[in-house]
Amino acid sequence: MAAAGAGAVQAQIELQGIERVFHLGDSVVHALAGVDVRIEAGEYISVMGPSGSGKSTLLNVLGLLDRPDAGHYRLEGRDVTTLSADEQARVRSHRIGFVFQSFHLVPRLTAAENIALPMVLAGLPPRERELRVRQALAGFGLADRAGHRPDELSGGQRQRVAIARATVMRPAMLLADEPTGNLDRATGDEVVRLLEQLNAAGVTLLVVTHDAALGARARRCLRMEDGAICRDERQQGAAHALG
Amino acid sequence: MRSADLLGFAVGAARGNRLRTALLMLAMAIGVAAVVTLTALGDGARRYVVREFSAIGSNLLIVLPGRTATGGINPGSFVSGTPRDLTVDDAQALLRAPAVQRVAPLTVGTSELSVGGRLREGMVIGATAEFIDVRQLRMAQGRFLPAQDWNRGKQVMVIGAKLRNELFPNEAALGQFVRVGDRRFRVIGVLAPTGSGLGMNTDELAIVPVPLALAMFNTNSLFRILVEARNRDAIEPARRQVSEIIKARHDGEEDVTVITQDAMLATFDRLLGTLTLGVAGIAAISLAVAGILVMNVMLVSVAQRRSEIGLLKALGASNGTIRMAFLAEAALLSAAGALAGYALGLAGAALIRALYPQFPAYPPDWAVLAGLGTALGTGLLFGVLPARNAARLDPVAALARR
Repeated sequence: MAAAGAGAVQAQIELQGIERVFHLGDSVVHALAGVDVRIEAGEYISVMGPSGSGKSTLLNVLGLLDRPDAGHYRLEGRDVTTLSADEQARVRSHRIGFVFQSFHLVPRLTAAENIALPMVLAGLPPRERELRVRQALAGFGLADRAGHRPDELSGGQRQRVAIARATVMRPAMLLADEPTGNLDRATGDEVVRLLEQLNAAGVTLLVVTHDAALGARARRCLRMEDGAICRDERQQGAAHALG
Repeated sequence: MRSADLLGFAVGAARGNRLRTALLMLAMAIGVAAVVTLTALGDGARRYVVREFSAIGSNLLIVLPGRTATGGINPGSFVSGTPRDLTVDDAQALLRAPAVQRVAPLTVGTSELSVGGRLREGMVIGATAEFIDVRQLRMAQGRFLPAQDWNRGKQVMVIGAKLRNELFPNEAALGQFVRVGDRRFRVIGVLAPTGSGLGMNTDELAIVPVPLALAMFNTNSLFRILVEARNRDAIEPARRQVSEIIKARHDGEEDVTVITQDAMLATFDRLLGTLTLGVAGIAAISLAVAGILVMNVMLVSVAQRRSEIGLLKALGASNGTIRMAFLAEAALLSAAGALAGYALGLAGAALIRALYPQFPAYPPDWAVLAGLGTALGTGLLFGVLPARNAARLDPVAALARR
């Protein structure tokens, strides 16, 4: 992978002095207060911390859904904070995949159509889309669910559709916000193993979670408090031991 | 996003909420149907009048007593009082005009017609032999009034088809006698049924020689003089010559009005054309209302689909793509509604034609194009604001709401 090759010289993700300030009435909330972090391509990172510590805001900034008020965000060597909205949309489309706690599937579209949605938005030719959707359905064990709408799928199946959708554009990184939050333990483990398999194949994986067990599986854990990273721990071989 | 996918996405979104889609299409359809049906009605009225005028003959001028042209009341109107009579001699004099082909003096009155014991109130026309050619009527039986001195006439009568059926339901009409007042007329001909002719239905007429009619109604004045010009180009010279001749005979006073058929036609054409335009304008208001409804429904739709919009942005949709998606949906719904309304309007016009076969109620092309165009235009125009709102949504906030 090109990103992996470049990782030796420069980090895939580089945050420098990122600040994000929200104004709620009279009070000013520093959701992110001077975050500095380097993430190499192919890393497996969990972000943990209490509610309101800035985990989700960090994820949104990393995913280019939110603009920081100060600081620099370098993605694959390029300063993406200065990009126009359309250029950011292109980066989201091609380099970033999102996995949400509540799946966010479009209810009127079938599983196959939900998976194809990012490619439709990116304007990929139908033949290519069909091929990739078929591969994704087979790869995620959804081949017999292609024509089902989200309300006809179980929670685990829905999240698998969502993960298939997040990876169908072959992004460089996956951003998962509480991916197991709406699932029972067994289904959650299944989804986590799926994400870890993708990470093993080279995709950078960043998981925001409250779940200590899930957080402990990542090779690197960022602990946040009051908008800042208070601890950055390497957890030797955690994923492999449990995988 | 490819345009085919954009359309597919819009169709999917429209089908996702059927009630909303149906309501929106209904509003558009009513607007377009109103334009189509109402203009069909207006234009039908115009065509009907034009046809009726054409039915009374071609290259026709009509001379009527009295000055009724534009200008309203002037001091002269009070001095001259009642105009001079328009007499049979005046009509005869018009034959001298070189541009005039035929002249048909006409007097009209209502009288009681009786055959045996049967009585009927009817319209009696005093005419001459030329009447049938000028009005381009045809005989069903017998012959028309004989050509003779306009100041003398035999006691003969020609009747319309309907009158014939009423007066002589079971026997032959020709040769029978009809009593009008204290005179008896022998029926020498029956007109072929026509059905139309400027309010004066020839099927119900009884036609007698003009001098007898004048005597019966105790008057010297004709109701009209129908003048046929030699050809189309002769209409205007004929009008001038007729005016001059009558003026000379009436001591230099222009106390008659000469109307050309074309002028009447043009006036009615303009009048009813304007009416149709006005009606179309009124109907267009309903289209504007439909457009505002499109905006309302689309705004609600944007609010309801916040999380979907947030998701699309997270998946890499640019603001432009989202704007286009919502615009495509508004355009699609408007177009579908407009087409449905067009079909509905055509059905309405067909219904009018079925109920009134005489009435050619077809929507004019310009109205159909304008109606469909306005529907699409308003749909797009009022779709812009909701689409912009959708594109401006903050993805983080939109995704956060569940």
